Amino acid sequence: MQETKTTTTNEETGRFGDFGGQYIPETLMSEIERLTEAYDHYKNDPEFKAELHDLLVNYAGRPSLLYHAKRMSKDLGGAQIYFKREDLNHTGSHKINNALGQALLAKKMGKTRLIAETGAGQHGVATATVAALLGMECEIYMGKLDTERQALNVYRMEMLGAKVHPISSGTGTLKDAVNAALQEWTRRVDDTHYLIGSTMGPHPFPTMVRDFQAVISKEIKEQIIKEAGKLPDAVVACVGGGSNAMGAFYNFIDDPEVRLIGCEAAGKGLNTEQHAATLEKGRPGIFHGMKSVFCQDDDGDITEVYSISAGLDYPGIGPEHAYLQDIKRAEYVGITDDEAVDAFDFIAKEEGIVAAIESSHAVAYVKKLAPTMRPDQIIVCNLSGRGDKDVAAIARYKGVDIHD
Amino acid sequence: MTNLQAAFNDPQTLVAFTVAGDPNIDKSIEYVVAMANAGADVIELGIPFSDPIADGPVIQKAGLRAFDAGIDTDKIFAMVSEIRQQTDVPLVFLSYLNKLFDYGYDAFFTECENRGVSGVVIPDLSFEERGELEGAAQAHNVAIIPLVAPTSGHRIAKIVAGSTGFIYLVSSLGITGVRDDNQMSADLNQLVTEIKKYTDAPVAVGFGIHTEQQVTQMNQIADGAIIGSGIVKLIEEDPENATDKIVAYVKAIKA
Repeated sequence: MQETKTTTTNEETGRFGDFGGQYIPETLMSEIERLTEAYDHYKNDPEFKAELHDLLVNYAGRPSLLYHAKRMSKDLGGAQIYFKREDLNHTGSHKINNALGQALLAKKMGKTRLIAETGAGQHGVATATVAALLGMECEIYMGKLDTERQALNVYRMEMLGAKVHPISSGTGTLKDAVNAALQEWTRRVDDTHYLIGSTMGPHPFPTMVRDFQAVISKEIKEQIIKEAGKLPDAVVACVGGGSNAMGAFYNFIDDPEVRLIGCEAAGKGLNTEQHAATLEKGRPGIFHGMKSVFCQDDDGDITEVYSISAGLDYPGIGPEHAYLQDIKRAEYVGITDDEAVDAFDFIAKEEGIVAAIESSHAVAYVKKLAPTMRPDQIIVCNLSGRGDKDVAAIARYKGVDIHD
Repeated sequence: MTNLQAAFNDPQTLVAFTVAGDPNIDKSIEYVVAMANAGADVIELGIPFSDPIADGPVIQKAGLRAFDAGIDTDKIFAMVSEIRQQTDVPLVFLSYLNKLFDYGYDAFFTECENRGVSGVVIPDLSFEERGELEGAAQAHNVAIIPLVAPTSGHRIAKIVAGSTGFIYLVSSLGITGVRDDNQMSADLNQLVTEIKKYTDAPVAVGFGIHTEQQVTQMNQIADGAIIGSGIVKLIEEDPENATDKIVAYVKAIKA
């Protein structure tokens, strides 16, 4: 990597250091060009910005709260812990920020149909919601295994008017849903926008999704300065493709005193084959439109990954995270299923918050980190989504029969 | 004109595709040699990949059969050497980019040159990213075969300029697999005319082509036709004993 290591690099070509780019079939490239031009135009268009702002405030419920978890801070006996409550957004996760932004952009481009992949279903629900709001057709691609572990979200999407396609190829998880959505976009590109749910895929998606999610760190910064009069010492978020983490990190990248910590799914342990800890166990590769880091075998085939969380169960990661790790601006740690489930229980009982199993990976790291810090130090943890969708799966994990 | 380009001089040029290692290495070699002997002008060998996003179900399943038989990139290069002892038909690879990236571009093209592979089709390599491997390919005399799609529009000039192999014209939107004539892009004639403004390289049409009539039609519109799923389907139907059917299929098209 020869590029100058600054915080953000050559966004015009979608490069973060050596990562990013546009590795996508030619059939889609003209559309990718149109999308790039449209985004470059509308991101600075006052009318577009005002419309999006209005939707974020009056529809999604922004700004989301920054909540001081005093009981948990006291019981862990270290740093002050604040939760950024993206779980309180309309539809129950941060995914709505990006879905509103891209759907509005697609509408401006004259598109009438949205397609999307989803893992846990949060992005699918957000996309289906926004499609209903804006009067657009919607089809969601979801791994078959994920439709089973997140059956409630499938029904939610259908109630919102979306058609859900269970994908049984490969491992029947998020990666296969992305493959299917890309194939569908190749078949029908004229009237269709592929609303990618994370900071991944070909340029301009990683930059665009990050920009739509950066409202998270913009608000955190304003809120924590107002509340505590200083920047946090650490920002912690879970990482699958990386959108909530990029949103939570972005406005702190140029504040080197703020530690940025991404929590990957270590599944049954980093020493096993059953994990989804891309940045700890993967290596550079090219897949799903981007050069980034992927879990792959000796011959460059993408490997099966595993996590209890359908939202983190992805063998790659957004290129900007690969870059932030490369320049050592952000740290990435693995959290096992067991640790995440413990954290799910812990935050429920300590703070009365049922957090998504994805977000519980971040909470698990906060549990480890807080006691090592002083009471005058601050951790902000992004609660990317709410955990109602996970209750049945957690019960199953613990072997409890809840007759659902 | 390279050997690869000369192969398109035939008025009924056929590029025949099969997945390397499908259903196993020995049979795969047998099928490739049989196709060449039956008259296929160019053989396109698919390198299986875990996530073939441009391919339909028929070719996806072929990849899985090859994986089950233990195929990998080194074994495919060894396969090529065995094929080369039996036929000098021009060979090209079809591969997703990560297979080349992970092998190392220079190492990959070195093997291609040493074993006699003239070109490589890479469905997920855009013009924008071609620069990172173009130098290595040129240094080893391997053509990067660009794809042009019905949606390419103003991009065609830059995509095809300087081509040393052939141009792979994608017949229609979507992924690989058998299609009816009415699903082909109506503008193939126009697309070929546009391509020819910027290159002398031959143009072969692929995606969905499977009948003799379509091959003849594509040879009128362009310089050749590519058949993939049509051949792979014959292997799927009877993996161990497809030789006779493949030979009959290729001969009927070439007749």
